[in-house]
Amino acid sequence: MSVLVYLALGAGTAVFAVATAARAWMYARAPIHLRWELYPVPHEDPEKVKHGGSYFEDKDWWTRKRHYNLAGELRVMVPEMLFLKALREFNRKLWYRSFPFHFGLYILAGTCGLVFVAAVAGLAAPALMAGPLGTILQWVYTVSGVAGMALAMVGAVGLLHRRLTDADLKTYTTAGDVFNLLFFLVAFGVLTAGILLRSPGDPSVVALVQGLLTFDRTLQVPGLLAAGIVLCALLAAYIPLTHMSHFVGKYFTYHDVRWNDQVNLRGSAIEAKLTEYLTYRPNWSAAHVGADGKRTWADIATTNPWEGAKK
Amino acid sequence: MKDRIKLTDMSRQDRKPLTHLENEDLMPLPYPLDSPEKDHAWAILSEKVTGSVECGLDDTCAINIPQPKTKEEEDELVRKFLAGLDKLFTRENNWTFLQPLVLSMEHCAKCQTCSQACHIFEASGNDELYRPTFRSELVRRLYFKSVKHGGALSAWQHGDIEINWPLVARLAELAYRCNLCRRCAQTCPIGADNGLVAHELRKLFSQELGINAKECHDNGSVLQLKVGSSTGMSSLVVKDNIEFIDEDMMDRTGIKVETPWDVEGADVLLIHNAGEILAWPENPGAFALVLSAAGIKWTLSSELAGYDSINYGLWYDDAQFARVAIKHAQAAKKLGVKKIVLGECGHAHKALSVIADRVLTGDLNIPRESSMTLLRDIVMNGRLTLDPSRNAFPVTLHDPCNLVRLMGVVEPQREIVRKICPEFREMEPHGVDNYCCGGGSGFAIMSGNNFQDWRFHVSGRKKMEQVLNAFADCMDPSINKYICAPCSNCKGQFRDMLAYYDLWNKNRILYGGLVELIVNCMVDAKPGFIDWEWH
Repeated sequence: MSVLVYLALGAGTAVFAVATAARAWMYARAPIHLRWELYPVPHEDPEKVKHGGSYFEDKDWWTRKRHYNLAGELRVMVPEMLFLKALREFNRKLWYRSFPFHFGLYILAGTCGLVFVAAVAGLAAPALMAGPLGTILQWVYTVSGVAGMALAMVGAVGLLHRRLTDADLKTYTTAGDVFNLLFFLVAFGVLTAGILLRSPGDPSVVALVQGLLTFDRTLQVPGLLAAGIVLCALLAAYIPLTHMSHFVGKYFTYHDVRWNDQVNLRGSAIEAKLTEYLTYRPNWSAAHVGADGKRTWADIATTNPWEGAKK
Repeated sequence: MKDRIKLTDMSRQDRKPLTHLENEDLMPLPYPLDSPEKDHAWAILSEKVTGSVECGLDDTCAINIPQPKTKEEEDELVRKFLAGLDKLFTRENNWTFLQPLVLSMEHCAKCQTCSQACHIFEASGNDELYRPTFRSELVRRLYFKSVKHGGALSAWQHGDIEINWPLVARLAELAYRCNLCRRCAQTCPIGADNGLVAHELRKLFSQELGINAKECHDNGSVLQLKVGSSTGMSSLVVKDNIEFIDEDMMDRTGIKVETPWDVEGADVLLIHNAGEILAWPENPGAFALVLSAAGIKWTLSSELAGYDSINYGLWYDDAQFARVAIKHAQAAKKLGVKKIVLGECGHAHKALSVIADRVLTGDLNIPRESSMTLLRDIVMNGRLTLDPSRNAFPVTLHDPCNLVRLMGVVEPQREIVRKICPEFREMEPHGVDNYCCGGGSGFAIMSGNNFQDWRFHVSGRKKMEQVLNAFADCMDPSINKYICAPCSNCKGQFRDMLAYYDLWNKNRILYGGLVELIVNCMVDAKPGFIDWEWH
C-alpha cells in the first residue's frame, strides 16, 4: 500500500509540474502579438494610473523616459492573486463562494510546504523537531490544514450549488465543470476522513512524507488515508490539463496582453521578432488577401491590389 | 417571460430568428425617453431579405450572407469555415493575435462576471443571445472539437456543439453584435477577452470566406485603397473641399486660414478621418485655424490614404489593416515629417498608434501622437487667447473607447474642457470605465436593412442613458447642451441617435468635436462659431 501511495504522490506531483511548465512554455513561446492592452496599466507613471492614462498622454512621448513601476503592478497583482479583487468588485455573489475556495487552496498549498519542511527537518535534525519548534510547526500546519480544507470545501460546495442553480451559469456549465468541483470535494473529503479516522498507531502525515523521502516500504498506510492521498494526487495531475490551470494563463493574460504596452522601437528586439513574423507565409483563402502560401505577410501588406483601379 | 436561448439553438436548422426584442423588453431609459410604448417600432425585415440572405439570428441582418442554394454549397461553406478556424490557431496565419486568442479559449471560467459590464447585454434586457460569453462559448466549443480534434471526453469536459451551416451563418452575424469596446475584458478576473473573440471571428469570415460588412470592406478599406478615402474623395476632390472649408472658416471667424498641403519637413502631418471633411467640415476647419494660430508647422498629405486616417481593417481584417497602416506611414515618410498627429477619430488613434506599432518597422516607424495631446499643449500653455464665457452652456464629454480604455488618452481632453467649458459635467461612469457610444467597430457606418433600429435601440441605448442623465438638470429646450465627442464614428452615432429620438428639436442636445469648442472661445475669432444648428 505504501508503495502505491508513494508512486501516486510522486507521479501526481511530477505530472502537475511538467504539465504546468508545458502550458507556461506554450504561452511563452507564442509569437509577440499586436498590442492589445487595456487601461489602466498599473506599471505606468503613478500619476497616470490614477485615471488610467498612458504615456500617449505626453507630448512627444517617444522622447521621454518610460516608466516601469513594479510597485504599481504589485499593488494590483497581490490583491488580485490573494483575494480575487476583480471578482469581488464585479461579481460579489460569486466571490463569496470563489474566494474561500481559492484561498483554501492557497492555505493547503502552504500547509503542504510546511509538512514537507517538518518532514525534512525531522529526518535531518530529529532532536530539534522533538522540541518546541517541532510542536509549534505541528500546530501551525494542523491549524492551516484544517482551515484550508474547511475553506476549500465550503467554497467548492458553494460554487457547485451556484453552478447548478443559477440560470446564468447553468447554460454554460458542462458535465466536466460539475465533475471538477465534485472531484475536489471527493478528494478532499476522503483525505480529511482518512486523516481524522486514523488509528493511534497509524503514521502521521509528516511520517508519510518521510516515508516517501526514504522510500520506507514498511510503513502501514490505512486504506482510507491512502485513497485520499491517491485521489489528491490524481487531482493535482488533472488540474493543469484543464481550464483550472488559469493560475498559469492569468500571468500571460495580464502581463503579455492586458498590460503589455511595450513600444516597438527601431532596432529593438521586438522589431527583430516582427521582421521574422513578416516572413511567414499565410494561406488565407479569401481573394482580397492575396495569400497563396508563397507570399509573405510583408508582400501582402505592402501590395495594394486596388491601386490604380478605377472607382 | 421569454424562453432562454440555449447554445445548441444556434445549430437549429430553420431560418427563424432565435430572438425577438420588443421595446418593453429593453433596459428602461430616463426622461424624456421613459415610455417604451412611445418609442419607435422596429422596422421588420422584408420577405425579399429573409428569403435571400441569412438572417436567422435576431431582428436584424448586418452582413447579408446569401443563402446557399444547395446542401453541397452549405457543406462547402462549413468546410471553409472550419479551415479558417484552424488557421486562426497557427503562427503563420495569425501570429498577430494567436497568444491572446488561445488564452481566451483555454481559460474562461464561465463565471459570467463580464456580462454585466456589457452595454449590449444590459440594454437588450439581458437577452441571452447578447451575453458576451454566448459567442465566445460557441467558438470555444468549436475550438476544442474541431481545432484540437477533441472526442467524446473533450465534449464532456468542454461541451459539445453541432457544426452545420445554420450555426456558421448565425455566428457570422453574431460577430457583428459586439462593439469590440472590450469593457467586458476589463472586468474578467482571468483576463479572457470576449471582444477579441468577436474580432477574430470577423477576421476568420473575412480572410477565409470573404464575408464581411460591405460598409467596412467594399465601401471602406477597399475604396480607401482604391481612391484614397473611404468617402470616395480623390486627392483632387479633398483639396477642393478643404479650400472651401478654409473660405468658410474665414467667413465664420474672421480669421484667414490656409490649409497647407504636402509640406516637406513639416513638424506635424495631421491626418483627419475624411468623413469629417464631408459631414462636419467645421472640425478640420477648426483644426486648421487652431494649429495655424498656435504657430505649428503642419501639413496635410494628398497621398493615397494620406488624407484619411480611417482604418476599418482594425475591426475585421488584418491584411486590410496592415495595408492601410502602411499607406499612412508611407505618406509621412515621403514628406519627411517629424510626427503624425491623428485628428478626432478614436479608431484611427488606436489603429495607427497602438496596433500598427507592431506592424511598422524600420523607417516606416514614424512617431504618432494624439491630437488631444497637441491641443492640450496649445490650450494649457496659453498659446491662444481664450474666453471660456463663450462656452457657457452645459457640456459633457464622451470617451471614445479606442482613445481611452484601449489607448489610455484620458486626461488631455479633460484638461481642455475643464479650462474652457465652465458648465462641464462628466457622464457616469467615465474615463476608462466609459460605455461605448454604440457605434463602435463599424456600427456607426452600418445601416443596411434595419440595422439602425438595432443600433439605436440596443447598442446605443446605454450611452443614451448616460447622456440624458448627464443633462438631467437642464433638459429644458431653452438651454443649449453640447456632447463633446472627439471621434468621428462616435459623432456619427450621436448624430443618428439624437435625430432618431428628436433630442435636438425637443431638448436642444447638440453634439460636436473638441476643437470646435476651442475655436468657439477664441477671442480673436468672431463669436458664435458653434452655431446651434442641426447638422
